[in-house]
Amino acid sequence: MEDRTVYLDHAATTYVKPEVFEAMKPYFSEHFGNASSIYSLGRDSKKAVEESREKVAKAIGAEPREIYFTGSGSEADNWALKGIAAAYKKKGNHIITSAIEHPAIMSSCKYLEGEGFEITYIPVDSDGLVSPEQVRNAIKDNTILISIMFANNEIGTIQPIKEIGAIAKEKGVLFHTDAVQAVGNVNIDVKDLNVDLLSLSGHKFYGPKGIGALYIKKGVKISSFIHGGQQERGKRASTENVPGIIGLGRAIELATENLDEYNKKLIELREKTIEGLFAKVPYIRLNGHRHNRLPGNVNISFEFIEGESLLLMLDMKGIYGSSGSACSSGSLDPSHVLLAIGLPHEIAHGSLRLTFGDENTQEDVDYILEVIPQTVSKLRDMSPLWEAVRDKK
Amino acid sequence: MYSEKVMDHFSNPRNVGEIEDANGVGQVGNPKCGDIMKMYLKIEDNIIVDAKFKTFGCGAAVATSSMATELVKGKTVEEAMKITNKAVAEALDGLPPAKMHCSNLAEEAIAAALSDYRKRNGLVDLNEGEDCTGECSCCHHSHGREEDFEEEE
Repeated sequence: MEDRTVYLDHAATTYVKPEVFEAMKPYFSEHFGNASSIYSLGRDSKKAVEESREKVAKAIGAEPREIYFTGSGSEADNWALKGIAAAYKKKGNHIITSAIEHPAIMSSCKYLEGEGFEITYIPVDSDGLVSPEQVRNAIKDNTILISIMFANNEIGTIQPIKEIGAIAKEKGVLFHTDAVQAVGNVNIDVKDLNVDLLSLSGHKFYGPKGIGALYIKKGVKISSFIHGGQQERGKRASTENVPGIIGLGRAIELATENLDEYNKKLIELREKTIEGLFAKVPYIRLNGHRHNRLPGNVNISFEFIEGESLLLMLDMKGIYGSSGSACSSGSLDPSHVLLAIGLPHEIAHGSLRLTFGDENTQEDVDYILEVIPQTVSKLRDMSPLWEAVRDKK
Repeated sequence: MYSEKVMDHFSNPRNVGEIEDANGVGQVGNPKCGDIMKMYLKIEDNIIVDAKFKTFGCGAAVATSSMATELVKGKTVEEAMKITNKAVAEALDGLPPAKMHCSNLAEEAIAAALSDYRKRNGLVDLNEGEDCTGECSCCHHSHGREEDFEEEE
């Protein structure tokens, strides 16, 4: 089969769509004005920023005044947790989150623990699901915030956000969701889901990097994270990243317009990949929920081999994926998500994440279904663990 | 992040496989930590005439295994015992700091295979790490060479 390049890491980042780039272009050199300036050049920028805010709000069922632009999804996550913690510390110091959150949430929680907050990490089942009942049972008198991710970046499992939102509302606790992986992939209506705060990031749905947003429901108090000027209703200082904001608005608009079609395509590619790999390769395991997962997410553990080697070998064949192995993360431990769903270390080390996107085709899947089994087999032939299995047979 | 030499030894590993009539076999590492190295040596008249390996591990683990087998071939048992993790890493034009433990594993694999050879031949085991569980790199037990871990984050 002819060699090709297949990018399968859309959960890491996506390319910027030409339509998005075109929309951004005038705001670099032509309409470069500071959105806070009073003259017309500044007013042009301000107008474009506000139009973008409307687009983002519309995409998630919010009001424009509930959208605050940030420098990234991580900033939105940090702001949500630390900003709510600071604003509600007199009410309580307990925060509930899950064991499989993104490092932006995990590390913010660790930081808050150091500041005297108490964090409950709700475990997940073997599919990576958080139980809403466990969330309910974890709520105490001093609980101020629940933060549960919408969909997991590694294993793709989509959480029962609506159920958790209903519990939070009933108990009068604020509910934040890190929806960085979900926006652009899943239909989201913050009012219907009873979400009080939601983080999103532009470069996960064909927008630019360096731009994100935090939805903050009207009436929710939050402390500022970046102090300075009066931008973003005085809540988030910094001269607006106008091209980034325009790009985010255009990207989210495109993503919501084509969501059903996009999902259908990705699910087909995902299913063909999962079924193909299970038919061709023994001793593998699908990580994450079989159906209730992000449309483009495949996460598979290949026993007896290590993920980084697999990634490097696939890279030589033009396939770009990612792994939860320790070696690819730079630490000695494999992914906390894979351990949280109960994978033994040795199996977690051999995981491969492939995330499909816009430009992928059926031919890409045919290609990876040729290359991956060959590569796994090559690495297993090199593995002393496989030797033991082979000799037993 | 890897040198060209590491990538070369990873993509075209030398001496992969088993030696059926090996007279020194050593396995170190732990699947829990994500790397296991098994080394097979064929020793004749105190000279290592052949070396092969099987490795479960990352790119650096495969490359250091490959390099280690290259380094021991043609050496006497005594010379091979002197091969350090640093020598393996240097022969590969260096390893990223987080991957230095892989070169420890290579040194340990050589030592374990040589120790097996000496035992089989009724010789005194010169390997001080006899009780090593082979989990050194995982548990930051570094055979006393703490400097190997200094740069790790």
